[in-house]
Amino acid sequence: MGDLLAIENLKTYFDTEEGTVKAVDGVSLRVKQGQTVCIVGESGCGKSITAMSVMGLVEGPAGKVVGGRIEFDGQDLLPLSRHELRTIRGNDIAMIFQEPMSSLNPVLTIGEQMTEPLIEHLKMSRKAARARAIELIGQVGISRAEQIADSYPHELSGGMLQRIMIAIAISCGPKLLIADEPTTALDVTIQAQILDLLRQFKAESNMSILLITHDLGVVAEMADYVIVMYAGKVVEEGEVVELFANPKHPYTQGLLKSKPVINQRQNELYSIPGQVPNPLELTESCYFHDRCAHCMDICRTREPRLKNVTDESKVACWLYEEAVVHG
Amino acid sequence: MSTYLAKRLVYMVIILFAASLLIFCLYALTPGDFISGNIKLTPERKAELREIYGLNKPVLERYAVWMKNAFHGDLGFSLSQQKPVLTLFNQYIWNSFLLAVVSTFFTWLIAVIIGVIAAYKQYSWFDTLVMVAIFAAMSLPSFFIGLFLIKILAVDWKWLPPGGMLTTGSNATGLAYVKEVVHHMTLPVIVMTLLGVGSLTRYFRSNMIDVIKQDYIRTARAKGMKERKVLFTHALRNALLPAITLVGFELPALFGGSLIIEQIFNWPGIGQLYMQSFSLRDYPLLMGFTMLIAVLTVIGTLISDILYRVADPRVRL
Repeated sequence: MGDLLAIENLKTYFDTEEGTVKAVDGVSLRVKQGQTVCIVGESGCGKSITAMSVMGLVEGPAGKVVGGRIEFDGQDLLPLSRHELRTIRGNDIAMIFQEPMSSLNPVLTIGEQMTEPLIEHLKMSRKAARARAIELIGQVGISRAEQIADSYPHELSGGMLQRIMIAIAISCGPKLLIADEPTTALDVTIQAQILDLLRQFKAESNMSILLITHDLGVVAEMADYVIVMYAGKVVEEGEVVELFANPKHPYTQGLLKSKPVINQRQNELYSIPGQVPNPLELTESCYFHDRCAHCMDICRTREPRLKNVTDESKVACWLYEEAVVHG
Repeated sequence: MSTYLAKRLVYMVIILFAASLLIFCLYALTPGDFISGNIKLTPERKAELREIYGLNKPVLERYAVWMKNAFHGDLGFSLSQQKPVLTLFNQYIWNSFLLAVVSTFFTWLIAVIIGVIAAYKQYSWFDTLVMVAIFAAMSLPSFFIGLFLIKILAVDWKWLPPGGMLTTGSNATGLAYVKEVVHHMTLPVIVMTLLGVGSLTRYFRSNMIDVIKQDYIRTARAKGMKERKVLFTHALRNALLPAITLVGFELPALFGGSLIIEQIFNWPGIGQLYMQSFSLRDYPLLMGFTMLIAVLTVIGTLISDILYRVADPRVRL
């Protein structure tokens, strides 16, 4: 199976008044056909910006992709014109977002918003598009589809709206679905239903999913491959089972430790000490060094490279560099 | 919806009743009246005239008489013009309306288009240029722009007539009449549009900037919609919603005339008539005109509420 999406050394920077924020700084990742890849990390680590860079939706003029390659289905996306990119967006690459409540236009009906991409990309007639939209509403598990198509977003619950967002996303048969924290704003029972729905469509159509989340429970349930990001860089990646069983990077270990375990009551949940560094004040170092229990001198002055430690996992940490060196 | 409308209509009647009483008392309590300004009259003649016009009666009694007549569709007789108030309104208001409706149309059209583009290209050179131009247009007083344009366009270049609604002594009819009026109204319309367009453009620009940042605009883009469609179908409809409130205020403005512009361009509108009547204390005309504006204001707010219901599905009445 080849790579559907290959991101090489992506750099997306934002110019602010205080200086340049390197939101995504040299990220590389691959998504194979039919694979679910999860990007995990704290808020502000650059995971959403990575996704927005793929979509070509980074908010200009402050934000800009300044370097790297984004190859989708054998085609480099970055040099594409706005028009060419637009024909891929919503068609071959679809996206769903974190807040279903605010992600749909309040003054247009569900039906109008669902038919738009069908008319735009699949050149359907208005009537055919509406019939297809009603069919899709049924497919995402909402009854009274006709009536829902004529309602407005404020008349539906958050869970239903996220189902509608999924229906819109899959309507043109995308090869890649990017889901940016699709369950974060929903309550737990609804979360499970939404994830089931994503899995179901993935199984039916063999599409790939790039799932962005900070919820390790979601990762465990969905991912084939996991990418851990910290401060705009990939610090560890690997197969999901391996990563959960043998986390290498102290940050990944911390993340896994800070996850509550069912049936185990702890007085205090572990949390990684310290805070995410200010992106404006980063200098050459391991960006995690001042929160790391294993911090060494080299961590403060030199940046570790992402390297294979086993065949299926990579980590960017001096602890493992030394292991390699001293053998 | 219908219970809401019924309730609103009852409120409207109460508000208008209160407004009429307040307005009548204010005019009546202002020192002096139509008679006292005329120095040629003897005190005896003045008393006689006050008796004839009913100006010597108590305020509340005069109000009751006015109200009774108003209910019968009679707004009285203008003291200075010696014509029924309604006839005068009919003669002057439509002139003001013509200016207002054309300039309002251009003001909104230009403001929406420029506001949307400026918001879309926020901080670009176009946006900066627009903002500077808007501040310039807003800071210049209307009499200055008016007189300046008369000097340039009418006096120096002789492109447009400096004032009036028709050429003096003209008795054009049909299409020639229309052409003449259009020719005469161009200058006042330019000035009125120039004065109004600034604040409205800023309003649409800031609304649009807020809307463009919303999640649903990102969704529309993620669906691969054309940028034109994102802006005009998804964004503009939301950005126009708060402007519906302004529609309510535009209604009285359409009929209210413009004191300064009509004065500068010698336009035979209701604004000029109102100013004259004010200095002469022509109560029936003042009262009738102010009440007309009050009625239009109340109707305007009702219309804007109903429009909200039509335009925004989240609003329930």
